[in-house]
Amino acid sequence: MNVDLSGRSTSAVTTQVGSQARLGMRNQRRVQTLVVYALLAALSVLFILPFMWMVSTSLKESQDVFSYPPSFFPNSFIWQNYPRGWTLLPFNTFLTNSIIVTTANVVGNLVSCSLVAFGFARLRARGRNILFLALLATLMIPREVTIVPRFLLFSQLGMVNTLWPLILPAWFGYAFFIFLLRQFFMTIPTELDDAARIDGASTFRIFFEIILPLSKPALGTVAIFAFIGNWSNLLDPLIYIRSQELYTLALGLNLFRGQNFTQFNMLMAVSIITLIPVLTVFFLSQRLFVQGVTLTGMGGR
Amino acid sequence: MAVEQRVNQTVARPMDKPKMGKMARREEREFYLFIALWIIGFLAFDAGPILASFVISFTNWSMMSPPAWVGALNFQRLMTDPLFYTALWNSLYFGVGSVGLGLIVSFLLALLLNQKVLGISLFRTVFYLPSVVSGIAVAILWIMILHQDFGLINSVLAWFGIKGPGWLVQPQWAKPALILMSLWGAGGSMVIYLAGLQSVPQHLYEAASIDGAGPWMKFRNVTVPMMSPVIFYNLIVGFIASLQGFVLVLIMTNGGPANATLMFGLYIYRVAFQFFQMGYASALAWILLVVIMIITVLQFLGAKYWVFYEGEVAK
Repeated sequence: MNVDLSGRSTSAVTTQVGSQARLGMRNQRRVQTLVVYALLAALSVLFILPFMWMVSTSLKESQDVFSYPPSFFPNSFIWQNYPRGWTLLPFNTFLTNSIIVTTANVVGNLVSCSLVAFGFARLRARGRNILFLALLATLMIPREVTIVPRFLLFSQLGMVNTLWPLILPAWFGYAFFIFLLRQFFMTIPTELDDAARIDGASTFRIFFEIILPLSKPALGTVAIFAFIGNWSNLLDPLIYIRSQELYTLALGLNLFRGQNFTQFNMLMAVSIITLIPVLTVFFLSQRLFVQGVTLTGMGGR
Repeated sequence: MAVEQRVNQTVARPMDKPKMGKMARREEREFYLFIALWIIGFLAFDAGPILASFVISFTNWSMMSPPAWVGALNFQRLMTDPLFYTALWNSLYFGVGSVGLGLIVSFLLALLLNQKVLGISLFRTVFYLPSVVSGIAVAILWIMILHQDFGLINSVLAWFGIKGPGWLVQPQWAKPALILMSLWGAGGSMVIYLAGLQSVPQHLYEAASIDGAGPWMKFRNVTVPMMSPVIFYNLIVGFIASLQGFVLVLIMTNGGPANATLMFGLYIYRVAFQFFQMGYASALAWILLVVIMIITVLQFLGAKYWVFYEGEVAK
């Protein structure tokens, strides 16, 4: 009892003594929080402003786009810019091509990269380390080094001006995704494999029925990265596609720009339409995004 | 180096029986089956093309007629080609500027978001979003934003009585304009830094507090060393990416004004697909590869002095 009381009293004393300092600290923390919020708010405006500008331009009358001084808000909202811009060029065809290319890329990347990643994560073999380093080294090779020979290869195969050069490479693995998936597969306990193996499961079944179902978040991340990367890919279509009926959205936008450069309002409207799938995917799967970035980002540690 | 460490750690599982068993041999066969697709892709799309471009760089080839062997002529031409130096300088300028400033901006954003603020996920979304939307829509948007008379930036500057420059029209402002644009995408590395900051062990900060360290000392002596591997990773990856990206430039300025934004990648693209000089383009590409390798090696060598790996404390 005694000990208990004395203990209580000492703590009371320290509280009283410390209260002055603590009050100062609390104020300091409050000021700090305020500063942080002010900075965050100001920076958010800076990051959002270009988007707002884009939307506002897309709704303006043609003559208002280049009014002086520039006005941030449109005088009247011309929603017509959206359908009119879309039909100025065969954007429905471009959309179809983009969907074909992007889907083929996403599926191809998922299939090839998960197989390869499983090999690197789970199967032991001579030469594995050196091959893995070779895989990582391909991440360092600038695309510019290989675009000429790649072009020659596809032209030898008679695939220039077809969608194949945009699709085929995805079916043979991509180092960044393989690395991401391997990192994830390695976090799955090997006991699960061993147990399945004792039950007589083949390696492929372990891959297909144990590893893959447990890796849905990582696979989702790969799918999203592949989707976004391909949806806005301009370089490969620019090199390989000639005829307009094979144009992707990115290429179509570029063409649109050349022909109707003054019609910034419609150009912006169509640009926004092409961004909608990306933004939708992003908002639906933000968590996966951040996870994926983290997984590979930390891989460098 | 870090990767190597990790590889070795994971490979350390025993496989060292002098004679390989049946099981091990089967596992090895399965390994090569699983990675077969990548091996084919590696040979067809990476290793093959690199070797091919090395051979092509010693030829003169327009693709209309068969290639003619010209020895080191392309490399000699390159030494006296003023555009080669311009493109190299432009790329390095842009690379150092965008990666350097990008590092500062994304690190500061991450520090702000790490302050345990309410609504962190909302702010994270706002900062991260621009790095997701890339490609031609963004290029067009920024053409407008940077427009001399009607652009967003110069309008805002005009409120403060500043007459903004012709960002994409004046040679001395074109590269800074592109760097400014690249900062809009700083959210990508911000997310990596944020994850890194959140994994710094809290007890290190507590220990520093007990030793009487203020916020700056904690930042300098705890945060920076603990984050140095992440910063290092972002520097390497970011620099390589910055030397490659030229599609935005192709759309926005096509290398102009007065070649001020002629990036190395853009020059290769132009020589190959507009002038159809495959030999010279391959020579340029090889030089780019060598430059990237040198810079990466230099970064790794420099890393010894400032990158801190927890596992290496014992040394």
